[in-house]
Amino acid sequence: MLSEGEQMEKEYYVCTGCGLLCEDIETELEKRAISKVYTACRVGVAHMKENPGTAKFWVEGKNTDEATAIGKAAALLKAAKNPLIFGLDNSTNEAQKKAIELAKKLNATLDDSSSFSFGPLMAALLQKKFKTCSLDEVRDKADVSVFWGADPSDSHPRQLSKFAYFPRGKEKQRGWEEERTAIAIDIRKTHTAKICGNEFYQVPLGGDAEFMEALIAGLSGKLPKTSYKYPPKKLLELANLLKAAKFGVIFVGQDLLYSLETLAPLFRLMDTLNEKAKGDFFLIPLLEAYNMRGFNENLFEETGFVNRVKFEAGSVKHGPEYSVVESLKAKAVDAALIIGSDPLANLPYSIIKELLEIPLITIDPCETLTSKKAQVSIRSGVSGVEAGGSALRIDGVRVAFKPVFESKCPSDEEILLKIMEAF
Amino acid sequence: MTNAMELYQLLPKTNCKECGKTSCMAFAVALLARELTVDACPPLKNEPKFKENYEKLKERVSPAEGATETGLIVHEELCFGCGNCVVACPVNVANDPYGVGSGNAPKDEKKLILSIEDGIVRAKNVDECRRFGKNKILCTGCIVTCPVEAIEFVV
Repeated sequence: MLSEGEQMEKEYYVCTGCGLLCEDIETELEKRAISKVYTACRVGVAHMKENPGTAKFWVEGKNTDEATAIGKAAALLKAAKNPLIFGLDNSTNEAQKKAIELAKKLNATLDDSSSFSFGPLMAALLQKKFKTCSLDEVRDKADVSVFWGADPSDSHPRQLSKFAYFPRGKEKQRGWEEERTAIAIDIRKTHTAKICGNEFYQVPLGGDAEFMEALIAGLSGKLPKTSYKYPPKKLLELANLLKAAKFGVIFVGQDLLYSLETLAPLFRLMDTLNEKAKGDFFLIPLLEAYNMRGFNENLFEETGFVNRVKFEAGSVKHGPEYSVVESLKAKAVDAALIIGSDPLANLPYSIIKELLEIPLITIDPCETLTSKKAQVSIRSGVSGVEAGGSALRIDGVRVAFKPVFESKCPSDEEILLKIMEAF
Repeated sequence: MTNAMELYQLLPKTNCKECGKTSCMAFAVALLARELTVDACPPLKNEPKFKENYEKLKERVSPAEGATETGLIVHEELCFGCGNCVVACPVNVANDPYGVGSGNAPKDEKKLILSIEDGIVRAKNVDECRRFGKNKILCTGCIVTCPVEAIEFVV
């Protein structure tokens, strides 16, 4: 064991590379830059060490200082009648709350990436339509983990080693070989499926809803049938495996959500599992951006909706027409403030061409395609490296973090505050 | 993976005992356990008729050069630092149960075999590995848990 002195020396930082918010990262510094990162995966190392923050303060293609860029951003936003604020999934809780305040002040449309991914599932989660649990409970108790349409080995590399499969937990002392089962259900053999070995169930593209219905039939003692003739024996084996679970978790990935037309089969499956299985079954969405859960929860607390809102003279409107995609398509917005997101690289051309027609402001630590095309680009500090704050992990646990080193770069929160002061 | 019988087939099979072992088979086992090198067999090294076999044996053992004493090689270009091997390694769990054994950062690094530095797994203290020494066993904890086959053992 280490002596007390040695233990005192260790200082851990939080990695904001993905939604897991690993809080056990050690770093070494050299000349005001991180030179070594311990325990983090490659995603984390790329985020903390190899990401020096390449964005600059600029206005219409010319480098400038912070005050000028912020002043110009405030002027553009003030002149707009219906601005759009988009992004914030890679911002701290504090910045998100400031952005909601700013949206109210500007009568703006406010949306994030969950608008075209996890939005409906997050809304159901916050309305308590199914059971969910924390990742620490998963580590301590879970005996069955299902990865459905998700490949955490690639998207959240430490998910299996830190929580879901390999670690020893309080009630799981004998290790993964004896006490845990990992199951992958996916359209292709992913890296996670490889670890699951025989417990990999390959479904055809778009076949998830039918697979769920067949699984519900199998759990209820009926013959599971699918139009693509999935072997009923294998489906019944899976149903029996799930039935025997004392603490089961389904990790839902974005690919499953894209495959389902509605979430109803997923909720029915959760209800059936909780009815038929030995123990309880929980669902955790595998959100990718580090604080998407924070955005959804903070906005839900304020308005009762997780995304796609428009503020108007003290009231809140919600609907698909206020999503980033639909509002741009309908040319309903006349300026855009993009925070920690790169829509020009992520959204289809038919949508982004509208974004290029209106004044565009970005707040981002990195130079992105969007920031290159923006009228005003504001360079913010990298969360967890240059700027502190707090965020919500994918399971809703609040994680506070401090910067690894002091930086002159303002945080997203400070920038939003300065924009509001400049009005 | 090479086994002792394959190595034995390339030896002189005279049981001359010049290497200090009781038989050529014992020498093959010692070669596999990395206790001795190919050069420890004088007839193989010096007699021209064994030249071909000597070179073949050298080749068989050569992938282990640059590997650790247990023959562990990390393919750094494949590894992405998920830490599955670090957490699953039975020696790591026994030596640091509340640190890496519980999925966290190391609490006691002194006897850890595997740890993650800069997003890539690094091997150290390999004498602790269950594949090392006289009582070695064919543990596969770090191999089967790797999603990208970044860990390999060579002889």
